[in-house]
Amino acid sequence: MNFPDATRVFLNQTGEISRFAFRFFRQGLRTRYEWQELLRQCYIVGYKSLPLAALTAFIMGLVLTMQLHPTMVYYGVEAMIPAMVGISIVREIGPILTALIFAGKIGSSIGAELGSMKVTEQIDAMEVSGTNPFKYLVVTRTLASVLMLPVLVILSDAVSLYGSYLGINLYEQVQFNLFFKQILDSLAYQDVVPAIVKTFFFGFAVGIIGCFQGYNSSKGTEGVGRSANAAVVVSSVLIFILDLIAVQVADLL
Amino acid sequence: MKHQTDTRETVIAVKGLCKSFGSHRVLDHFDLTLQRGESLVVLGRSGSGKSVLIKCIIGLIRPDHGKITVLDENVLTLDHKAMDKMRMKVGFLFQSNALYDSMTVRENLEFPLRRHAFRMGQQEVDDLVMEALKNVGLEHTVDMMPVELSGGMRKRIALARTLILKPEIILYDEPTTGLDPITSREIINLINTIGEKYHTASIIITHDMKCVQLTAQRVAMLIDGRCYATGTYDALKNNPDEKINLFFQ
Ligand SMILES: Nc1ncnc2c1ncn2[C@@H]1O[C@H](COP(=O)(O)OP(=O)(O)OP(=O)(O)O)[C@@H](O)[C@H]1O
Ligand SMILES: [Mg+2]
Repeated sequence: MNFPDATRVFLNQTGEISRFAFRFFRQGLRTRYEWQELLRQCYIVGYKSLPLAALTAFIMGLVLTMQLHPTMVYYGVEAMIPAMVGISIVREIGPILTALIFAGKIGSSIGAELGSMKVTEQIDAMEVSGTNPFKYLVVTRTLASVLMLPVLVILSDAVSLYGSYLGINLYEQVQFNLFFKQILDSLAYQDVVPAIVKTFFFGFAVGIIGCFQGYNSSKGTEGVGRSANAAVVVSSVLIFILDLIAVQVADLL
Repeated sequence: MKHQTDTRETVIAVKGLCKSFGSHRVLDHFDLTLQRGESLVVLGRSGSGKSVLIKCIIGLIRPDHGKITVLDENVLTLDHKAMDKMRMKVGFLFQSNALYDSMTVRENLEFPLRRHAFRMGQQEVDDLVMEALKNVGLEHTVDMMPVELSGGMRKRIALARTLILKPEIILYDEPTTGLDPITSREIINLINTIGEKYHTASIIITHDMKCVQLTAQRVAMLIDGRCYATGTYDALKNNPDEKINLFFQ
């Protein structure tokens, strides 16, 4: 069959990434687990993106509430604001926003780090030093992303809702307890669980794409830059695609 | 400064090695042997496949055809465990040093010690690290990061990391490229001192003629993917063949 060049490149990449992800599962199960490196990566990955994720989440909660307020007052349903904000943040805005920030911050740094390790032969050096570089670098970083993104999302959701609480208090006096009680009452099990479950997949996408781009970086310094860039672009797009799939799957359940 | 070989025992044998990248044939039936304690220089132009050759020897690149024997082990059929065992006895100095940027000099040197599944006490590890640093005269850099070091220092630290496992064979990938003449002279002296002190066999890859002259007991010329000629530096220098002569002008 004759595909146009762009299609062929796309399919090729998709195939390569799938193979890389498959290798992650195969290697990740083998013994000699790199616990120490995994813990270190969890700390780095979570800690590095926490301030940025919290800041954006806070602003998003605040701004969302401020923009909703006039319209809700116009229709006389301002009492619904906590429920509306709660559902939109927990189900969609929190996960997707945090995942995108995470892709920008962690995806690019993994891509650049592994890319520069690749071009300066550090990955080869690990291999001759009795270390499986795929397990030491790729498995630990990807797992750290999978584990830390859900944590970040939960924290961001909380910060975001607090921002929303402050936002609503710019217009009227609302009790803290009442505000959060309204939010919790409006959230059902099927709002929260799928939203958290999908963040594991977002985390996997960011980790594995960042590692893939870095690990397959081409020679030279511009190769490293390209890896970091591609890591962000591809994982961001993938996050949206996964989100689309997640909403369909959640509807079925 | 050239040290003498005492026993004649082959430690590395490469036979009929072929490697292509796509349609580009880099190595084409390359043959090579290295004796215990010998220092052999592989001379070739940039891009002729020198790095590919030694990466095949250490098992980092899989060749298309051929046979590679290192210390009586067939490199192409080794499993992971046996490969690690072989690599403990073969040091590799990378062209780009390959120091781990995120670790201090000490952690860089400890890495091979800790990873090769040794059970060592902290004291023993510290002693080995200091001994290796002393060999290259850089004890004071032990707590520095690689970015804080100059190019020549980084090369020496990389050499110390290669030496820390006391390998029987060392493969040097262009040890003097990119260094000024005085620093590269220091590295050459180190290579010779180490060879004498630990009786290592070495393959030195280079296109620096000063380095060839000072380190080689024997020179192998890699031209057109084959081992085009071997001999001592002086013999090759006086060889009338045009392709060989090009290097000595
Ligand atoms: N992983 C690879 N993929 C594709 N081509 C490669 C790869 N590694 C090496 N090559 C090609 O093989 C050839 C030999 O490369 P090699 O790095 O061995 O050269 P070299 O002799 O070490 O040169 P230099 O002195 O510049 O280091 C080059 O043409 C290079 O493009
Ligand atoms: Mg090279």
